Amino acid sequence: MSNARVETKLWVWQRLSAAVLAVCVVVHLIVIVYAVQDGLSAAEIIGRVSGNFLWLAFYSIFVTAIAVHAPIGVRTILKEMTDISPKATHMIMATFSLVILAMGFRAVIGLFTASVGA
Amino acid sequence: MSNSIKVSVWRGRETGEFQSFDVPRQPSQTVLDVVTFIQRNIDPTLSYRFACRVGMCGSCAMTVNGKPRWTCRTHVDKVVEDGAIQVSPLRNLKIVKDLTCDMTEFFDKMNKAEGKFHPTKTRNDDFDVIKPDDPTRKLAAQGIECIGCAVCYSACDVVEWNKDYLGPAALNRAWTLVNDVRDGGNKERLTAISGDSGCHACHSQQGCVKHCPKNLSPTNSIVGLKRATMKAALKGEI
Amino acid sequence: MKLSGHRNHAHYWAFVLHRVSGLLLAIFLPAHFYVLGLAIQGEAAMDGFIRWTDAPLVKAAEVILIILLAAHLTGGLRLMALEFFGSRESSKTAVAIGAGISLAVGLAFLINVV
Repeated sequence: MSNARVETKLWVWQRLSAAVLAVCVVVHLIVIVYAVQDGLSAAEIIGRVSGNFLWLAFYSIFVTAIAVHAPIGVRTILKEMTDISPKATHMIMATFSLVILAMGFRAVIGLFTASVGA
Repeated sequence: MSNSIKVSVWRGRETGEFQSFDVPRQPSQTVLDVVTFIQRNIDPTLSYRFACRVGMCGSCAMTVNGKPRWTCRTHVDKVVEDGAIQVSPLRNLKIVKDLTCDMTEFFDKMNKAEGKFHPTKTRNDDFDVIKPDDPTRKLAAQGIECIGCAVCYSACDVVEWNKDYLGPAALNRAWTLVNDVRDGGNKERLTAISGDSGCHACHSQQGCVKHCPKNLSPTNSIVGLKRATMKAALKGEI
Repeated sequence: MKLSGHRNHAHYWAFVLHRVSGLLLAIFLPAHFYVLGLAIQGEAAMDGFIRWTDAPLVKAAEVILIILLAAHLTGGLRLMALEFFGSRESSKTAVAIGAGISLAVGLAFLINVV
């Protein structure tokens, strides 16, 4: 794929994931402010999301969107502010994306399957 | 108002130093007046550029107290700080000597951005009729007044951070041609202005908009190019 | 905050905030996912960590993170509005509104978390 096409597609994916994240982040901020009222506890978090397919879907979409959005952003910063080669920045971006997917879904599924009192 | 100003002027090339001059203060004095006074009355070895001196040609563009501007249109009263001003050549361009810089790279990037007209007709064809209120003509008109003074190029940090970045002026010019219905070069042009050095590198810092002496908005042109390249990529044209 | 010469204007400050907040959030993410993943080890493990976050310094850092997240969101919305609707004078107001909303969200969090 030509460089022009690559950069254009990355730009499009960055904006698409941003649009998805706009919704996710607003929801997330509301949940956070609500959840920290009267103190936070693991029981409360697990109680809310465990076994709940809606939260599973929501956080799965959230993690996937972040896995697209953050690495593209980090790559831009690396390209502009460091001497790291374009190929290397691409590798770093891909690796970061995999890390987010792996750790993110570990957390999402972990919370979905967790039980209170364990 | 004291009767003289302390003027700190860059001497040399990339390595060099600021040299200080005392210049008598006059009413309605511009920075170009000040630089001219120094060269004519104090140090004839000072190199600088100007032409029209009335804000039409853009030749006198320099950095004054950290901001790129036309010195013929910069009143000393508006920029002097504690009776002093600092004058240096435009940022992001190689320095030839003192206050003059090498504009080659700036104009090369105009070419690289396909900022040139690709004709589609011959002298034997009829004229194109383009109404002034035609939507694409209005978009082109928003950017067409650029005279290539490089103030925007100097104001842009992405130009500083990304050596290949085409820059606001070249991209603005490309946008005016993207909107020119008589032009036949859009496939090459949209490819030329994407990629590592193209419109997607712009972060909308809008230093170009803030400093353009003609109140143009290269940012507007660049976001237009972003939308155009997105459509072209979706259609498989780039 | 005064930035040098040509950088001292609203859209540049907005750019700096957007970049800094994005970078800090990106660094924070793996830690965040790790903590959430503690739920796999059981409620007790996760609660142990949450107790640690009761410390005032940690709470302060959380408030800052919330503000950064809200700032990155509002900055991003401003940017996308710019890219899809064109730049205009009023977009400088958008910078101010974005900053205001971010601080408001941070305040809402602070009030509820202490």
